[in-house]
Amino acid sequence: MERKIKYSFTLPALILIGIIVAFPITYNLFMSMNSWFVASGKGAEWVGLKNYINLITDLRFWNSLKVTFLFSFGALVAEIVIGTSLALFLNREFKGKSIVKLIFLFPIAATPVAVSLIWGMMYNYDLGIINIILESLGLDPLLWLASPKMVIPALIITDTWQWTPLILLIVLANLESLPTDPFESAKVDGANILQVIWHITLPLVKPAIVVAAMIRSIDAIKTFDMIYVMTQGGPDIASENLNLYIFQTGFSYFRMGAASSLAIVLFTIVLVFNVFLAIIRNSGDK
Amino acid sequence: MKKLKQFAFYISVILICLIPVFVFLWMFMTGLKTQADNLSIPPKIIFTPTLNNFRDVFGQGNFLKYLVNSAIVATFSVIIALLFGLPAAYGIAKYKMKKIGLALLVARMVPFISYLIPWFIVFRSLRLIDSYLALITTHLIITLPFVIWIMVNFFEGIPSSLEEAARVDGCTVFQAFTKILLPVVRNGIFTAAVLSFIFSWNQFLFSLILSGNETMTVPVAVFQFISYEEINWGGLSAAASVITIPPLIMTVFIQKYMIKGLTSGAVKG
Repeated sequence: MERKIKYSFTLPALILIGIIVAFPITYNLFMSMNSWFVASGKGAEWVGLKNYINLITDLRFWNSLKVTFLFSFGALVAEIVIGTSLALFLNREFKGKSIVKLIFLFPIAATPVAVSLIWGMMYNYDLGIINIILESLGLDPLLWLASPKMVIPALIITDTWQWTPLILLIVLANLESLPTDPFESAKVDGANILQVIWHITLPLVKPAIVVAAMIRSIDAIKTFDMIYVMTQGGPDIASENLNLYIFQTGFSYFRMGAASSLAIVLFTIVLVFNVFLAIIRNSGDK
Repeated sequence: MKKLKQFAFYISVILICLIPVFVFLWMFMTGLKTQADNLSIPPKIIFTPTLNNFRDVFGQGNFLKYLVNSAIVATFSVIIALLFGLPAAYGIAKYKMKKIGLALLVARMVPFISYLIPWFIVFRSLRLIDSYLALITTHLIITLPFVIWIMVNFFEGIPSSLEEAARVDGCTVFQAFTKILLPVVRNGIFTAAVLSFIFSWNQFLFSLILSGNETMTVPVAVFQFISYEEINWGGLSAAASVITIPPLIMTVFIQKYMIKGLTSGAVKG
């Protein structure tokens, strides 16, 4: 009886999840071992691991891996460093603190397509506000999204703008919940502020930073909306990350088997990175 | 000296806050400017605002219809997620079924495109591309696990004595759930509903492939604007403002729980 009740709560959701989530994952795995060019009119054909083997010599795949890595790594580091620093700075009582927190929630909630659209305009060579500011400071305007060299830094800046607040607010919430005793005794011991931050505060908030990094990395490695709206992977393929390459393979070239195998690779990267972060998080708990 | 320090602190806080605020301000300002004002260098800080761009956005094409589409898809994918997710979250919290939570976290790491390809093939063969069913089904992939995570967190915060008291008073497990426990976690339900709504509202990839003229949602519509209206910054910004305003307003109502909601699921596991 107890068992029956136990599952009557979860079973409906589990069945629905089985249909909408587990089915496509399984199908995706199966498709990754098929060759299926949708437009050919023929059905899928079993090819085993051929799609995966083909990737080894696929230069566009390696380029997309490089873009994925550069973009995610750059964005993650910038967001963690800036977010944590700002959280440390804002970790005190002051008037208007709740308004400041609310302001930092806005970028997180804003529609990525809209944010990317606005940043695309701000990066415009002739009329964009960013080049206008650079020129007013006596600097040369930059090509930003139109330059193969600057496009990834530009995308990182936009991502950092949108997602640093998430890291900031997670770390700040954690800081506010810390007991004050270790800080008081450190002050008595004559430690200066940087010593306190480095030796006491940061180790205490490390788990929160790792959790924030996990949440952020899952989405950063899989970024699609922002890059697709701002550059569509361009110029040429300079900003085409793995997720965009999968999209093009599947929905521009209609090679569903190849796209599925790429998707499995992307999933594996996200999973491995998160297992790695989980190990870091648990390493301090001994 | 202390006063001066405080003053410096407030100035820095304001400068920090200007970074997020500036981009939104820029978006609204560009939407409120005429084309001539938008093309002038240096940019005009003082200008006569006009609502023409907003009028054009709603006047041309089917923008209003796309807004309604977005609202329909988001509303249904939230309601269905709550109907299935609330009992599931309660069951997971009560019976400590931790593995389900972990499985949902791993499912979140799966790229959306892994879900999209199979569902695209299925809906294409059923001739259901450009249907609400296709959009709501795929948006549920995001909203349902999310509702479960948040609510597991909130249900775990309830002392078990509360439910036991209800059972002693003669409630069945199900009555205790609906009459006693759900009202206690209403903040959680509200947060889960609003955040899921925002996720669905902002969703781009599923809608890009699975919607069409009839069911197009606003992020896709705005994206398509970009290719037509390359230099009509006023119109583009007005459209961007219109899609961004609802999530921003909703944020105000869930500000207290939003970060807790966004981090649940990853905190454990």
